[in-house]
Amino acid sequence: MQNRHSQHISREFNDELETIRSQVLRMGGLLETQLDKAIRAMLDNDQALAAEVKRGDAGINRMEMEIDAACIDVVARRQPAASDLRFIIGVFKTIADLERMGDESKRVAKMSAAERASVLPVEINAELRHMGELVQGMLHDVLDAFARLDDQAALAVARQDERVDAKYKLITTEAMRFMAEDPASVQAAMSLMWAARALERIGDRSQNIAEHVIYLVHGRDVRHLPLDDLFNPQ
Amino acid sequence: MHAKKHNGEQQQASLLQAEHDDVVVNIRDLSVWYRQRQVLHDVNLYLRERHVTALIGPSGCGKSTLLRCLNRLNDLDERCRINGEVMINGRDIYAPDEDVVSLRREVGMVFQRPNPFPKSIFDNVAYGLRLLGMTARVELQEQVRQALQAAALWDEVRDRLHNSALELSSGQQQRLVIARALAVQPKILLLDEPASNLDPISMLKLEELIASLKIDYTILIVTHNMQQAARVSDFTAFMDGGELVEFSATGELFTTPKQRRTEDYITGRYG
Repeated sequence: MQNRHSQHISREFNDELETIRSQVLRMGGLLETQLDKAIRAMLDNDQALAAEVKRGDAGINRMEMEIDAACIDVVARRQPAASDLRFIIGVFKTIADLERMGDESKRVAKMSAAERASVLPVEINAELRHMGELVQGMLHDVLDAFARLDDQAALAVARQDERVDAKYKLITTEAMRFMAEDPASVQAAMSLMWAARALERIGDRSQNIAEHVIYLVHGRDVRHLPLDDLFNPQ
Repeated sequence: MHAKKHNGEQQQASLLQAEHDDVVVNIRDLSVWYRQRQVLHDVNLYLRERHVTALIGPSGCGKSTLLRCLNRLNDLDERCRINGEVMINGRDIYAPDEDVVSLRREVGMVFQRPNPFPKSIFDNVAYGLRLLGMTARVELQEQVRQALQAAALWDEVRDRLHNSALELSSGQQQRLVIARALAVQPKILLLDEPASNLDPISMLKLEELIASLKIDYTILIVTHNMQQAARVSDFTAFMDGGELVEFSATGELFTTPKQRRTEDYITGRYG
């Protein structure tokens, strides 16, 4: 909204909001790196990279706390109203989602255990890879929508979640089929399901952030509404 | 130009009003001129019974002028000309046969600076009652006590009712003036920046008092302090340049204002 509106009379207040905004984007960027590494670690069974993801999560947690503190400070000192208030509330919620996406990324990385590759067919890796790409795309787009306060872009992200969910369903069905056909694959299939589950959660949280963006642009709470209703007149 | 642009908004406000059956004050197309200068432009606003409505806006936006139209205080200034309608309980208060004295009894007012008379605490509160012809001592005492209790001042002054009102702190004086207004049992209370000269604790006590008064009174408060408007009111009207720009439920106005001008003002982007 800093882009859409004229500046505050208080330049300091402007600077504070701008700092928070860029901190959120930096946190988002950090998460993008984490998720990218986590997916590569999972697909390539790269234990070293997985360990890196695990260590990197602390940085995301730290940023969440920093931004949290900055927002609390603004609420206490500036008593923000209207779009400023919605921005701060939107940030509070967004960074909570980003932090949990960091945790899910760690779970994805953990699935780098070697046993899966040896038991499951190669095609399933392609499905996982594709699901990872979809989720990465959602995260990227929603951060972009946040940066530009673009409600249409946010809505487009919310719509992408359906494709992720479809992919999730497909992978779990496959996993169950492996388990039924070959009891020796149970452990590998379970770990496959966990990885897909973590990716699916990241997609959901990207959708949450898309809803926060719509809220802070419009002041409309669109959670728990069917997508088609989002932009229908009230 | 601007007046035209906001007519739609104002029509919407009058439509909203039709949904409520507890409207006690209904202001329609009210314009006020001060000499040649128009200071209010076609204002439409209504007050709901036993609710607090806040008027906010920059200095000179016309909020005090609007407030003063409700008890015809502007009449005292002959340079002032009024057009439009102010209905209180369905009665046009600018009708020729309106009794202004009884109107001002019905519509009490409290000003920015506490203005107790240089008399005792008791005599301040009893002043209006005596004007109305009340002389019975017991009855006076009872009414004064009730008014001071309603104004949350009784416990602080019960032992020194006959001391000078000027000995009270400014926060107490402001509550005394409210007690004086309440003594004649008005239905509507107009508060013109009542807390702007008070320290934070006295201010909170006054806000607490406003919250308790709305059980019995319809209150219109003009305030410069937006947080105060947000804290005490049920509805908020934002005025700018003599126009009523936006009128909404307070929570809505402070989270999702509909007008860009409101947004800019309440977020401090004004000017």
